Formats: sequence, structure tokens, C-alpha cells
Amino acid sequence: MFKTPNFFIYLAVMVLITYLLRLLPMLIFKKKIRNKFIRSVLYYVPYSVLTVMAIPAMFFATSHVATGVVAVIAAVALAYSGRSLIMVAAGTATVVFIAELILLLLQL
Amino acid sequence: MNGTILNNARMGFRDGLPIGLGYFAISFAFGLMATSYGFTISEAVFISAFNITSAGQLASLPIISSGGSILELTLTQLLINLRYSLMSISLSQRFDKKIKLADRLYLSLTLTDEMFAVAIGKRSTLGRKYLLALLLYPYLGWTLGTLFGAIAGNILPDILVTALGTSMYAMFIAILIPAAKAEKPITLCIIVSIILSCVFEFLPALSKIPDGFVIIICTLITSITFALIFPIPDEEEEDVSKEEVAENV
Repeated sequence: MFKTPNFFIYLAVMVLITYLLRLLPMLIFKKKIRNKFIRSVLYYVPYSVLTVMAIPAMFFATSHVATGVVAVIAAVALAYSGRSLIMVAAGTATVVFIAELILLLLQL
Repeated sequence: MNGTILNNARMGFRDGLPIGLGYFAISFAFGLMATSYGFTISEAVFISAFNITSAGQLASLPIISSGGSILELTLTQLLINLRYSLMSISLSQRFDKKIKLADRLYLSLTLTDEMFAVAIGKRSTLGRKYLLALLLYPYLGWTLGTLFGAIAGNILPDILVTALGTSMYAMFIAILIPAAKAEKPITLCIIVSIILSCVFEFLPALSKIPDGFVIIICTLITSITFALIFPIPDEEEEDVSKEEVAENV
């Protein structure tokens, strides 16, 4: 069931922080944040976080860098052509599956 | 804002359903990744059931599985999830007076980008029945998605797990590209983030720094720099951009 060392300590810390970040402002603040600089920083944070987490990790998420490159190109191309979130995900997985199959055949 | 109170549970369920379906898919990918990091099915489900954050949860996987420090986990979660504080503040401005402490305790567990976008887009005072109903399907979708993803990670052949494992990153890219197309500063912000992230990955002197700290350092440098060079226009701006993100899910 649970085998990761100290799992519940990590989980508790994580939940506590995430929960308090959502709850405390609802209880304490009654006004919106007006500070332009803070609002601007927080505006860019999600885009930067998602980028840093995806690149370069996605290049190494498959069995070989070659298929990793294929994965990134497929995702960017599908997203650029305006596909929905689900279609980008499903399309990328399909392309990677085919690329991995080809790689497997080449190695035989 | 038109002075009416939106307090219809059926409307809440209706608005929550598409979000719940989208969450199922994202969360499925998370469950799959969690098992590839060596987490058990129960552990993956526990993480999703109590956190309800995609980026925050994904960032936690390498930290927890490698036995990283509590400080690294704390700072990473603080930074990645700080935006929820901002959403909480602006959403609570719209709460109906009947929303009590107990409701706030529950609402705080499940406030996410998409639910914020939908609720704030209503432009009326938000009643408790509507909000409580809105959260149900997304919460179920998120938790069940991880369960099924983690099970799939255990029974599917490696090649399928690898292919499906790229879908979480693909979804991040699917959120980033439309935003980049819409706004030049976001394009630049993404490019600078890629460069910094690669520098930390490939420069020998920096590649030893744990993942969580890399996210924090790169994000802070980029966000502060862009806030100084391209500050966002006054008010309302935030609501509009969040709605764009929601439409992609």
C-alpha cells in the first residue's frame, strides 16, 4: 500500500502548505492585491513554472533522446495548430508510441 | 458584476462537469508518472486527493522519491502554488454573505485555476450551493483519474506507459503555446525559462542542484525580470487571461 520512505511526512507538509495558501487569504484578506509589481510577478509564474518543468525533462521522458525530440516536436506542432488540451496529449502519446515502436524495430 | 446571486446547484454541476472530464485526463497522466517514479497506487491517489494541483504535484514526485529535503519540498510548493492565494483573495470578494467558515474550509481544498476562471467569469455574487456543486466533478475527476492512471502504469506494457507518460508534458505545452501566441511577453518569458532551465540541467557546476530548487530559481529570476520589463496592465487583466487558460481544458 505505502512503501515510499517518510511518505506521510512529505504528504503532510505538501498538503499543509497548499491548503494554507488557499485558505488563509480567504480568511484574512478582504481586499484584492493592488500592488502592480506583485501582481505582475504572479502573472508570469505559471508560464515559467510549466516551461521549466517540461523543458528539458520532456526530451528525456522516453527510452531514447531521439523519441524525446519527436515527443516535443509533436506536442508543439499540435498545440500550435490550435488543438485542444486533450487532443495535444492524446496525439503526442500516439506519435511517441509509433516512434518507440520504430525504434524497437531498428534495434532488432 | 450585476448584483444577482448565483446559487443554483444544477448550474454548478453543469459548469463543473467539463472541468472534471479534463481533470480526469491530466490526472491519469499524473498517476502514470507517479508509478514510473516508484510510488504505489495508494500513494499516488493520496497525493491527488489531498492536493488537487497539477504542477505542484508533479514537482513533488522527484523530490519525495529521491528523499529530498523538507525545505526543498516546502519552497517548491510555496512558489508553484502561490498563485492560489491570489485567486482565493479575488474569489472571496464575490462570496455571498451566507458562505460560512466551514464552507471556506471545504472550498479551499479544491480551488484550482479552472474553477477560479469559471466562477470569476460569472460576474455575479457566488452562492454557496453553486460553489459546492461546482467543485464536486472536478474533485472526483482528479482523484479517479490518478487511480486509473496509476493502475494503468502497473499493468500496461512499458512502451505504452512511456508513450502515455509524455502526455502530461504535452498538456503543459498545450497550455503554453496558445498563451505565447496571444502575448509577446509570454513568448519571451517561455524562451528565457527554457534557456535558464537548460543551463541548470547541462552546466556541470549547476546540474547537481535538486529539481525543486531549479524550478524556484528559474521561475523567480524569470518572473521578477518580466514583471519589471513588462508589467501587466491595471486590473481585470488577470481575469481575462485565466479564462483563456480555462478554455483549453
